[in-house]
Amino acid sequence: MKISRWFAQHWVMGVALLVLGYLFLPIAVVAGLSFNRPSSRLSYDFNEFTLDNWRNPCATSDMCDAVLRSVQIGFIATVAATALGTLMAFALVRHRFRGRSGLNVLIFLPMATPELVMGTSLLALFVAGGVPLGFWTIVIAHVMFCVSFVVVTVKARLAGMDRRLEEAAMDLYASEWQTFRRITLPLVLPGIVAAALLAFSLSFDDFIITNFNSGTTVTFPMYVWGAAQRGIPPQVNVIGTAMFLIALLLVLASSLRGRRARRAAVAVPVARPSSRS
Amino acid sequence: MSALAHVSTASGQPASPPPAAGPGRHRFLPYLLLLPGAAWLFLFFAVPLVQLAAASLYDPNGSLSTGYALTWAFGNYPTALQAYWPQFGRSFLYAGIALVLGLLMGYPLAYAIAQKAGRWKNLLLVCVVAPMFTSFLVRTLAWKTILSDNGWLVGLLRDVHLLGPDGRLLATPVAVVLGLTYNFLPFLVLPLYASLERLDYRLLEASSDLYASPLKTFRRVTLPLSMPGLIAGTLLFFIPATGDYINAELLGTPNQYMIGNVIDSAFLVRLDYPQGAALSFLLMSAILAVVFVYLRRAGTEEVL
Repeated sequence: MKISRWFAQHWVMGVALLVLGYLFLPIAVVAGLSFNRPSSRLSYDFNEFTLDNWRNPCATSDMCDAVLRSVQIGFIATVAATALGTLMAFALVRHRFRGRSGLNVLIFLPMATPELVMGTSLLALFVAGGVPLGFWTIVIAHVMFCVSFVVVTVKARLAGMDRRLEEAAMDLYASEWQTFRRITLPLVLPGIVAAALLAFSLSFDDFIITNFNSGTTVTFPMYVWGAAQRGIPPQVNVIGTAMFLIALLLVLASSLRGRRARRAAVAVPVARPSSRS
Repeated sequence: MSALAHVSTASGQPASPPPAAGPGRHRFLPYLLLLPGAAWLFLFFAVPLVQLAAASLYDPNGSLSTGYALTWAFGNYPTALQAYWPQFGRSFLYAGIALVLGLLMGYPLAYAIAQKAGRWKNLLLVCVVAPMFTSFLVRTLAWKTILSDNGWLVGLLRDVHLLGPDGRLLATPVAVVLGLTYNFLPFLVLPLYASLERLDYRLLEASSDLYASPLKTFRRVTLPLSMPGLIAGTLLFFIPATGDYINAELLGTPNQYMIGNVIDSAFLVRLDYPQGAALSFLLMSAILAVVFVYLRRAGTEEVL
């Protein structure tokens, strides 16, 4: 009787933990394989423990070139998409204007369209326009699909902001620019940073759209794709594990900061309401 | 700054609605803010779609080197569909099965995090997103190791006779569907979680106080209240899963190829642009049709 009641209350959690295990299994395998010396180029099985891959991650230099190129593309695309998207988010939340619903559709559609369709249609455009494919066509494509995600993220932050903070600043004779610089921007900044991180990770990890618009330029996902046919160097798993750890550190750091801000908010009864997130 | 903040937030009420267009100076400001981003989306998202439609009607006898002529060759569509309908159907079949599996796994996960996790909520949420921190392709390749013929999983399944002595997982439809489920599960879980998190636990208690069985409570209370998240999540899962070809390529064989593999090779290997464009356009129309019917049946269009 007791056992069945315990089961009735906890089986959902049990299933949830199993599913989390399913989600983490490949990560564990990637981390494990980063310490593996494969028996042959085309083997994906565990063979022998080694630290060589971590000691010498750039043993296959074209892989590191590809990672570097992905970082460059990701950086440029992130800056551009974050700027464009943030401006749009401000206009959407703060202003009334004609054509709002049409614009919303234009922003929503790229998130709902299969990457395959966006990739092939851009390729059709570039080829019809005689644009040589390469580094910059990848950047153009990445900015395109990142912008919508930036708009959505920044918009959410802006919409949850207390307008009266700005009104108070203006009442206290702050100029518009001062109000923006000292009140609005600091309050929206976490949203902008989150949007930029999202844009970078989308760009860094994109394969399908890049595949159609890269010409002979090789990004990290393109490198892995090509190598999957010729044989994957184990260093790929080092990069995969390192990416995972870096992102995890970023998340932990931001949540620690959030917790400290929340504690400060509890200590001072009248604190900023937006420190919640 | 903090001094200002203190003055004005003592009562912490929701933000006021956006104001009407301000005096003269601000009339054009929203358009200025919107112009660069909207222009970018128009030029590199909307215009290419038109170009894709045009390319799908090119004369199929042209080639990249001699140039294509727009001859309104609507025949490209039936020709392409006739040649590749198995891959087309497979895309929807695999994505559909993966979606069902995803729901079976994702719903309990989202529910547990939203309602049962207590102080572990945030940690578990990070755990859902964390697998996406590493590269999509590298994760998918890891499944190659897990499902390998020499791996422990195949060994175990052979030992308990769920697989024959020569049975495999890799290079089968099972592997491709498993990969699809894995790769898109977080997109399903996050919106579901957002819906379930807002679910008032007292409603569930009320339902069971009124002698509803747990199953009935789920069907009549939990499920309807989680509908917005469920709809958003299934779309976020289904759309990219249908268009995916990475899983079919890395975990399957040409016998498991989905429409994406065909489109990829039409554009990048065979250089048959009219056919690739026609298939791409067909895929988009088919997905839109499925989504539209689904939203109609689900009875809400608010998610859009």
